[in-house]
Amino acid sequence: MIGIGVLKGMWVTLRQFIGTYPAGRWLLKRAGLPEGDGLCTIEYPEVKQQHAERHRVFPFLVYDATPDNLRCVACKICEQECPPQCIHIVGPAKDEQGRPLKTHGRTYPLRFDIDVSICMSCRICVDVCPFDAIEMDNAHEISSGGRFQELNYTKEQLLKSADYFQKIKPTEAAVVDQRLAAKAKKSAPPSSS
Amino acid sequence: MTATFDTQLLEINLGPQHPSTHGVFRMQAILDGETIVKLKPVMGYLHRNHEQLGEGMTYIASFPFTDRLDYFCAMTNNLALALAIEQLAGGIDVPERAQYIRVIMSELTRLVNHTVLVGFLLNDMGAFGTPLLYAFREREKILDLFEAASGSRMMCNYVRPGGVREDLPEGFLEQTQKIVNEYPRFLDEFEALLTDNEIILQRTQRVGVLPKELAINASVTGPMLRASGADYDIRKVDGYGIYPRFSFKVPLGTAGDVYDRYFVRILEMRESLKILQQALREIPSGPSISPKGLQLVTSPRTFRPPKGAEAYGRIEAPKGELGFYLVSDGSPQPYRYHVRAPSFINLTVLEDLCLGHKVADVIIILGSIDIVMGEVDR
Repeated sequence: MIGIGVLKGMWVTLRQFIGTYPAGRWLLKRAGLPEGDGLCTIEYPEVKQQHAERHRVFPFLVYDATPDNLRCVACKICEQECPPQCIHIVGPAKDEQGRPLKTHGRTYPLRFDIDVSICMSCRICVDVCPFDAIEMDNAHEISSGGRFQELNYTKEQLLKSADYFQKIKPTEAAVVDQRLAAKAKKSAPPSSS
Repeated sequence: MTATFDTQLLEINLGPQHPSTHGVFRMQAILDGETIVKLKPVMGYLHRNHEQLGEGMTYIASFPFTDRLDYFCAMTNNLALALAIEQLAGGIDVPERAQYIRVIMSELTRLVNHTVLVGFLLNDMGAFGTPLLYAFREREKILDLFEAASGSRMMCNYVRPGGVREDLPEGFLEQTQKIVNEYPRFLDEFEALLTDNEIILQRTQRVGVLPKELAINASVTGPMLRASGADYDIRKVDGYGIYPRFSFKVPLGTAGDVYDRYFVRILEMRESLKILQQALREIPSGPSISPKGLQLVTSPRTFRPPKGAEAYGRIEAPKGELGFYLVSDGSPQPYRYHVRAPSFINLTVLEDLCLGHKVADVIIILGSIDIVMGEVDR
């Protein structure tokens, strides 16, 4: 009979509609019908969704202990490999004679800018960094009022502690720490023991 | 009394800013009354220079841009480029676990694409919102899986030559198993909503018929070709990756109309679920990327294929045959980088499908072709 298909479809939507209310779910359960998923949205500003650990937004620079002890040595590999070319590095910092300045035994960048209006969060900078100096953040409520300087993140804005990295991505941080520890052991002078 | 009217043809533009053209696509239609007598597709509004960009950067750096071709199917786009690069290098071996991960991701992508397509198709037909939102609800669950594995819901950037970028996170397989087990229930419900609906039958049957010969001659691929009755699925024909190990059927249509294109996709989703069940049962443990692949990930510029080498990697993407053609000149960047985009080639038969139909039918015919403008214009 014509119209049965339409009624069948309407029954599906009706059941879904009833299933979004607690009382309706109870009714459906009593009738022995599938309850469905119920309400699948969240009340956004009040309730926030838990993101996966690997959730990636924009990169940040990692420092150990104090902000002047950053892991980045201004080797510019990420600048070269970045597909949309959004990283701009000036450095490494040099003194008047042209010798590289060092903090904690490492060269460091004078400027390190990421234009987040261009960055597409692809994670390639993290993959290519030999020093594990750059990592992906997961903060995503970062809108700003301006279009120009506000979206160009400077070194000071990008610097975040290794503890922060540990907090947002425990699994990945554990792997990175292990790798860094192995590297430090290898490069440490053997006479120290 | 014989009444004669002076009639004249009317030219109208559908798009480029039109909610039903799935992006910025323009159709110049010439109408006789309400019947289409000529239709000219105008493309290029979303051209982003993908191929030229690919020639200016390393092979690996193109991966994030392939995500943005067909933004519903980032995983399969990555996979096609990865296969092309593996061929170009003369074979990079892929660990067993990575092969299974690739299959799981491809089939999940197929589920996402077909589910959303059916939702959009119904939206075009006038069923505003409801089916589309049901489709999006299910898609969201799979996108959460993608986020857990790759870190991003849509722009996954996950598959790499020689494997996948990272191993699956803890609990991923259990979560996938749960979704795969629950999916048939959703499909049944979706079908109850749609398949027997008389309005849909009236709107879609015998509309936009694509004859088998024309489909083959126009090199249409994917579900659209199979809806016309041609048995051609690259997973079967080419058997790339480990697809020959799985048992699944290739659903075929008979009439080649909009309804068949819709129904073939529903059946394909059921076959995808079968493949997923098998893959989830058999996935071994082990490394997720080979040493050569890892070297490519960490230092892309060391990868220099021999001069003059060329490769064409193709897969059965949800929309059809997706291929990447690469030519090397011995430098870290490809000399030629070409994408065979299924949406673009399937779209070329649009005029043949629309002739003689009404304006309202053009919208659903376009919807049933399943295009994403990001891939058509590249």
